Amino acid sequence: MSTVPISYYLALSGILFGLGVVAFVFKRNIITIFMSIELMLNAVNLAFVAFARALGQLDGLVFVFFVIVVAAAEVAVGLAIVIMLAQNRESLNVERMNLLKF
Amino acid sequence: MSVQLLMFFACALLAVGGAVVLILAREPIHSALALILVMVSLAVLYLLLGAPFIAAVQIIVYAGAIMVLFVFVIMLLNAGVEERTDYSKIAKFAGVPLAFFLLLEIAHWLYHAEAGAAIANGAGAPQEAASTYTLSELLFRQYLFPFEATSILILIAILGALVLARREE
Repeated sequence: MSTVPISYYLALSGILFGLGVVAFVFKRNIITIFMSIELMLNAVNLAFVAFARALGQLDGLVFVFFVIVVAAAEVAVGLAIVIMLAQNRESLNVERMNLLKF
Repeated sequence: MSVQLLMFFACALLAVGGAVVLILAREPIHSALALILVMVSLAVLYLLLGAPFIAAVQIIVYAGAIMVLFVFVIMLLNAGVEERTDYSKIAKFAGVPLAFFLLLEIAHWLYHAEAGAAIANGAGAPQEAASTYTLSELLFRQYLFPFEATSILILIAILGALVLARREE
């Protein structure tokens, strides 16, 4: 059924993860940094599904399911923290959040 | 070139393009819309990989619930154009070489994963789509305990979000 080599999916997964890391490092808005974490999680999910396909085992798909559930919980708590930060510091720039910085 | 390969390259191009737009966009709302594009094209890739259930969950939970939450918070906080600030010297002298090493390691990993996956392909994997029935049997038998544990996780997340976002009396 699938004529696309599995390595293509893995390469795409690696590229997306790398772009997620770049976004995480270069963005200054805390919400966008959060979104780049989601991008990295998505890249890992793609690798999971590709390996599940290559090995013929469905366990990888169950792992993707759990990753999505944990990501949903993480976003719920994380965005609540972002709202708190925005109300307290009146800015979304991570450079301004240097209270614990040495 | 087969239809599936064409489909793969179209979706891969959309996903990578969306990720690049996420990085380049100055407005957070544009980044959010680009991320939705990435997630939808990844759902199509899951369909190509024979995982229709995961594709549906991807659309419903990620593109639906999570991104709606993001867009909602962006509008609630009225997030405007992102400020640009100078980067630290450590980032320049340690970050760039480390990023290069990370890319090198990912390339190395991909090269070896290709060989491993080729062996696995030869082992005779079932090539039909993973049915939701078989997936649910796995989820509710072998992985029943982790599945139940996620319900507690979600409960804690709801409580945490409520406590954090509550207005101070």
